[in-house]
Amino acid sequence: MQVYLPIAELSVNLFLLLGIGGGVGLLSGLFGIGGGFLMTPLLIFIGVPPAVAVATQANQVVASSVSGVLAHWSRDNVDFRMGLVLLAGGFAGSTVGVGLFSLLRHFGQVDLVINLFYVVFLGFIGIAMFAESARALWRRRRRGPVMRKLHEHTWVHGLPLKMRFRKSRLYISALVPAGIGFFVGILSAIMGVGGAFIMVPAMIYLVGMPTSVVVGTSLFQIIFVAANVTFLQAVQNQTVDLVLALALTVGGVIGAQIGGRLGARLPGEQMRFLLAALILAVAGALAYQLGVRPVDPYSAVWLAPEG
Amino acid sequence: MGRCSLSLLALLLALGTLRGEARAEPLVADLSNHLIAITAGFTGADLLLFGATDGPGDVIALVRGPTGYSVVRRKDRLFGIWINNLSLDLDDVPNFYALAASRPLDQLLTGDMAEHYGIGLDHLGIRAAADSPPARVREMLDALTRIKIREGLFRPEAGKITFLGQRLFRVDFHFPSNVPTGSYLVEILLVRDGQIASAQTTPLIVSKIGVGADIFQFAHRHAAAYGVAAILIALLAGWMAHFAFRRV
Repeated sequence: MQVYLPIAELSVNLFLLLGIGGGVGLLSGLFGIGGGFLMTPLLIFIGVPPAVAVATQANQVVASSVSGVLAHWSRDNVDFRMGLVLLAGGFAGSTVGVGLFSLLRHFGQVDLVINLFYVVFLGFIGIAMFAESARALWRRRRRGPVMRKLHEHTWVHGLPLKMRFRKSRLYISALVPAGIGFFVGILSAIMGVGGAFIMVPAMIYLVGMPTSVVVGTSLFQIIFVAANVTFLQAVQNQTVDLVLALALTVGGVIGAQIGGRLGARLPGEQMRFLLAALILAVAGALAYQLGVRPVDPYSAVWLAPEG
Repeated sequence: MGRCSLSLLALLLALGTLRGEARAEPLVADLSNHLIAITAGFTGADLLLFGATDGPGDVIALVRGPTGYSVVRRKDRLFGIWINNLSLDLDDVPNFYALAASRPLDQLLTGDMAEHYGIGLDHLGIRAAADSPPARVREMLDALTRIKIREGLFRPEAGKITFLGQRLFRVDFHFPSNVPTGSYLVEILLVRDGQIASAQTTPLIVSKIGVGADIFQFAHRHAAAYGVAAILIALLAGWMAHFAFRRV
């Protein structure tokens, strides 16, 4: 059944969209990630203009984060105070990011920058996760669990504007989470992703937040950042496709529920190892596209006369 | 300029027929439908162009989409990756172009005539928006034509107009699912002895109809409200998903 996407301006098979939403949702439920970094390249691949893919994806992230955060909230795993600090940075970052997006679109470089961001960040995170999970798998086989220091002091703890975050059991400078929020906000606008794949490791390794609280808290702030991106993209670029977002959301929530149930039965290190492999594969495919001679180096856009 | 003199010709012809009521019109043609409605399940459309002439002759039909401007970009390899490096703005670009004829065009027209009437992909009247070296304009224009052909919006081959007997003719035009919206103009020319003996134009509207059209209009006219609506729908969908699956 073909469905016409009014903003992307093309007809796509509805079941293909539900399948993409479901497939990415399955992976996101399985690995506990948003999956935006997989969704955007897939949408571009089926012919959705990159600008529409990114903006619509942000809208879909709102829906998936809401259902995610409700699940975490019922287990009391959301640090709202930390979430608000992240959000302050996230709002500023996503606003800057959408402005940057419009500017890049004007210069015809938005596709390149989206691709470059994907290659750099997915490559970086993928390699780090791959190394970390490989080490963990290796260690588990050799010896028992390793002891970690409860608290390490780094340069992060020397910054001003200290705040107490009781749920996270932290007393740190508000500048750190706000800065992380700002940075992820920019990514969120340009890549159309929630940014959990940057935020979660940053909050765990840089801030020292307990892993149990990180996911719920980052989901909480992602709702608002993604909503901000959706709004700004709708106003500045008119690139949010409601029909596309709805089809992806329906597929996505069903897939995520199935994935979540499957994921609960699989061990953590192996899951992270698989996820790292997946991330690296996507980064590799995108890097290959950037480097290989395009089928047609020329591209054209057509614009109606003003007025 | 080609189109201008064409409409002048049509006007003269109209005046001519007004004066001589008794004389039959040399060319009459119409479309099976003057509206292509893009609905939610739109997968393309076929229109029938049909008509009659007052005697022997050949017929050429042109379908032109709305004109606007195009930015054509060329990627080059810089620092090991392919980057949009050069761009050129082209003006007077029709967003759709198809033509049909009852005989191969080179048997009907000279190059000058084709140029004058804007017949064929080489004579679309596209020009560079600003002064640029001719070689660069040529390069970008060729690229644009190639891209439009690939998208199915320019037809490289002329369709075949078939005559039923000596006077009645018909041809089908296909419009793909990505057909751009706007006002189109269909021109029908009667060719006799290497001259354009008569011409007629008829409008065609391609428009989005139904929910898709409403969403598009809403997104462009009330962008802020659209953004808020998108967020609210997503919030509601996420909330419903949570409760739907918690009970399972």
